[in-house]
Amino acid sequence: MLNIKNLKASLEEEDKQILKGVDLTINAGEVHAIMGPNGSGKSTTSYVVAGKGGYVVDEGSVTLDGQDLLNMEPDERAAAGLFLAFQYPVEIPGVGNMTFLRTAVNSQRKARGEEELNAAAFLKLVREKAKALKIDAEMLKRPVNVGFSGGEKKRNEILQMAMLEPKMCILDETDSGLDVDAMKLVAEGVNALRDGKRSFLVITHYQRLLDHIKPDFVHIMSDGKIVKSGGPELALEVENNGYADLLNEVA
Amino acid sequence: MAVLAQNTEPMLAGFSPAPVSGWANDARVAALANLNKTGAPMRRDEYWKFTNPSTLLSENPEAAILGSDESPVFDSFDKLLIVFKDGIYQPDLSDDLTGKNLEIQTLGDAMATDIHWAKEIFGVLESRGQLPVARPFAALNTAVAEQGFVLRATGKVTKPVAFRYIRSAENAKAMIHHVIKLDAGAELTVFESGAGAARINTCMEIDVACNASFHHIRAQGRDHERQAITHMFGVLGKESIFRSFTLTVNGLMTRNEAVLEFTGDDAKATVAGACVGDGTFHHDDTIFVTHDAVNCESRQVFKKVLRNGAIGVFQGKILVKADAQKTDGYQISQALLIDDDAVFLAKPELEIYADDVICSHGSTCGATDENAMFYLMSRGIAKKQAQDLLVLAFLDEAIQEVDNAALADEIRGRLAGWTERHR
Repeated sequence: MLNIKNLKASLEEEDKQILKGVDLTINAGEVHAIMGPNGSGKSTTSYVVAGKGGYVVDEGSVTLDGQDLLNMEPDERAAAGLFLAFQYPVEIPGVGNMTFLRTAVNSQRKARGEEELNAAAFLKLVREKAKALKIDAEMLKRPVNVGFSGGEKKRNEILQMAMLEPKMCILDETDSGLDVDAMKLVAEGVNALRDGKRSFLVITHYQRLLDHIKPDFVHIMSDGKIVKSGGPELALEVENNGYADLLNEVA
Repeated sequence: MAVLAQNTEPMLAGFSPAPVSGWANDARVAALANLNKTGAPMRRDEYWKFTNPSTLLSENPEAAILGSDESPVFDSFDKLLIVFKDGIYQPDLSDDLTGKNLEIQTLGDAMATDIHWAKEIFGVLESRGQLPVARPFAALNTAVAEQGFVLRATGKVTKPVAFRYIRSAENAKAMIHHVIKLDAGAELTVFESGAGAARINTCMEIDVACNASFHHIRAQGRDHERQAITHMFGVLGKESIFRSFTLTVNGLMTRNEAVLEFTGDDAKATVAGACVGDGTFHHDDTIFVTHDAVNCESRQVFKKVLRNGAIGVFQGKILVKADAQKTDGYQISQALLIDDDAVFLAKPELEIYADDVICSHGSTCGATDENAMFYLMSRGIAKKQAQDLLVLAFLDEAIQEVDNAALADEIRGRLAGWTERHR
C-alpha cells in the first residue's frame, strides 16, 4: 500500500533537513502508529507525503499502490486514495462545510472517472455519516471549521475521511486537544472505517489514543528517522518509561 | 486669490448645460457655476491621487459591447423594470410607471412642472456633499442631466424599482440623475444594473425620512472597456435605514462615490461592495460618512479581488461631529491580490470630534491563504477550483451585507460565473 523509502526532506526556506531517511512500509489493512518526541519529524512526514508546500524532498520515494506520490499535486494524491487528518484543521470562513464536502467528494469522483453524486444522493450519504459522528445539521451548514470546538474540528476531519473513503489514512495527532469522550468518539469513527483493506498511519505523542485505535505496528521516530519498530507493546514501553530511555537504548 | 478653474470643456462635451425653465433651473445653474469654480479633477487633487481622472475626462470614450448569454442581473426578481439604452429612457422596453405607495415620473416630466417636492432634494444633497471634498463629476451631472427618475415612496413599496442600463452604441455617454424620497416609515428597494454606455455618470440623491428604509443593490455591467463614475448622496433621518451594495465585475474604470449624512438619531447605514478585476481594471470606492446625530451606526465593507495588473482603490472616511455621541462606525476594506502585478491602494480616514464613540477601521491586502489552499487540495479539490472557493469565500463577507438571501445568492452566482471565466 504505502511505501516510504529513504525519505529525506528539508524546509524550503531554511535549508534545514528535517527528515533524514524515513523508511516505512504499510500493507493493506494494517494500522501503524508513529510515536516520538517533539520535533522528531512525525508531522513533517505526514505533510511531505500529503504534498504540503514549503518542503523540498532531497532524496527517497513515496508510493501508494505503486503510484509515485511525490510527483503529484495534493489533490491528485487525494484522488489516488490518500487522506491526511490534520492536527490543526484549517478554518475557512465563507466556505460552507456542505459545499466543501460535496466539492471534495465530486472532485475525487471526477478525477477517478466516476460519476458525480447528485445533490440528493450526497445529502443522504452525508447525513448518515454525520449522524454516527454526532455532527448535527447546524455544524454542516457552518463555514468549514469556523467557530468549531477542538472536538468538533476533529470529528469534522473524520467525517471527511468517511465521505471520501480513502485507501490510506494518515491521522496527525488527532488526539491533541481532545477530552476522553471526544477521543472515544473520534476513535469509534476511525474504527468504523477499518475494513481489513484500508490502512492507517496514526501519529501521536501518547499511548492513550492507541487504547482506542489498536495498532498492528508501532514505530518510534527520532531526529528524522524511524529508530525502532515493534508491536503494540512498544507504545506501552513509551508510556511507562518515556522516550529518553528508549532513545538511549537505541543510541 | 481667484484660482483659475481647470478646463471643464471636455466634461461638458456632448451635453447641453442650457438651463431648463422651472424649479430645477436654480440648482442646475448653481451646479454649473460650482463645476466651473472647482474645475475638472486633477491627479494632484487629494481624492484623485490614486485614480487618474484623465480616463474619465477624455471626450470620446469607446467601449466594445460585450456579447453575453447570461440572463440580465435581477431578471428573476419581481420588479418595476425601467430600461435605459445608451442613457436614454426606453418606455417601450419598460414597465408602466405605477406602483403601490410609489410616485414615479421621469426627471424630464418632473422638471417641466412649476412646483415639485423634488426641489428640496435635486442638486441640494449633491451640493451639500461637495463640502469638504469637491465632486466635480456630480456637479456636472446635476448641471446637465436630463435623464433619470424622480421617485417618492409614501409607504411600503412592494416591488423593487429596477433601473436597467443597456447599450447599443459603442461610444455613447450617459448622464443619469435620480431623485429619491422616502416618506416617514416608507420602504423602497432600488436595483441598478448594466454598463449603460461607454461612459456612464450617475447621480442619485436619496432623502430617507425617519423610520424609513432604503435598500439599493447594484451590479455594474461587465463590458471590459466601459467607464463609470457614480454618486450617491444620502441623508438619513431618525431611526432610518440605508443599505447599499455594489457588485463590480470588469470595467476599464469605475469610481463609485457615496456620501452619507446622519441627521437624525438612531439610524443605520451600510455601504458595501464586492469587485473582481482582471487586467486593465481600475476600481475606486470613495466613501464619506458624516455622523451628525446621536447613536447612529455606519458600516463600510469593501472586498476586492485583483489580478493581472488590476488596480483597486478605497478611500473611506468617517467624520464624527462633536454632538454625534454614541456613534458606532465600522470600516473595512480588503483586497485579495491573486498575483504580484495586482495593486491595492487604500486610505482609511477617521475624523472624530465626539468623545463617546466606537470607530474601527481595517484595511488589508494579501495573497491566497496557502494553508487553506493545501487543506482544500488535500481533500481532492483541484488548485483552480480551490482558488475559486477561496476567492468567493473572501468576497462573501461583503455579500453578507445584502439583507436578502435570494439577492445575495444572485450576486454569488454572478461572481462564481466570473471566477469560472477567469481561471
